[in-house]
Amino acid sequence: MIDIGLDILSWILLTLGGACVLIGGIGGLRLPNFYTRIHAASLTDTMATLLIFAGMMLQAGLSLPTLKLLAIMLFLLLTGPTATYALANAALLSGLKPDAETVTDNDKGHAG
Amino acid sequence: MSLLNNKPGLQRGEASLPAVLLLLLVLAISWVLWSGLYKPLVLGLGAFSCVLSAYMGHRMGFFRHRALIDLLPRLPGYWWWLLREIVISSWEVAKLILKPSLPISPTVVALQAEVQGEVGQVILGNSITLSPGTVTLDLDQGQLLVHCLTSESAQALRDGEANRRAARLELG
Repeated sequence: MIDIGLDILSWILLTLGGACVLIGGIGGLRLPNFYTRIHAASLTDTMATLLIFAGMMLQAGLSLPTLKLLAIMLFLLLTGPTATYALANAALLSGLKPDAETVTDNDKGHAG
Repeated sequence: MSLLNNKPGLQRGEASLPAVLLLLLVLAISWVLWSGLYKPLVLGLGAFSCVLSAYMGHRMGFFRHRALIDLLPRLPGYWWWLLREIVISSWEVAKLILKPSLPISPTVVALQAEVQGEVGQVILGNSITLSPGTVTLDLDQGQLLVHCLTSESAQALRDGEANRRAARLELG
């Protein structure tokens, strides 16, 4: 009984994770330029990672593979944004201007 | 410790013995968990990898940032809050992408990080990137440049919840 419940929960998580990957892909195609497309990729990077790994951990149960999956998930969540930062920062430094309104933090900020 | 001597001009920093031992211990545990093989050759290779990783970490200035160990106990609470933020903003971004009219309003926000330490600033920058809808473009001297998909997410960022949380992470 509990097994079936866990199975159903993990299927829901895996399906939602797959949906996030799909939506991220659609976003990558629909959004207009480089900087906005990164946002779609980060949906795949973050939410899909969390959901799919949670689903897989439920499938693995209380075992060593679950611990390994958790470690891989943490590793992905730490390195993912670092890679995204490297990509976005490289684009910024090479002179690709974000097609966006710029807002400065008016309390203390002076950069723009 | 002669291997770990600090040379001036390099960004290596002081490597205290407890910090080195802690890193070696963490590396060794992860190696043993991953390999699951207990033959002498494999264990020897594992030990070599651990020492090599620790040495390379030292060369890359890993031990300059002992702040990481200080804020470790407060990390789970921060992660829990971040998880909620990620779920909420993922939902927002997914809705946005699937709307036929694609109502985006890209905004770049310049933000002053409240948190002083380098490690805290990196955590703040990465947290911002991690939540869908906001990406850190640049982090220099505590000044963050953040690209937001909508002006609402830009406004939420300027309200400073993430900034305050990251600052509290360092102060306790």
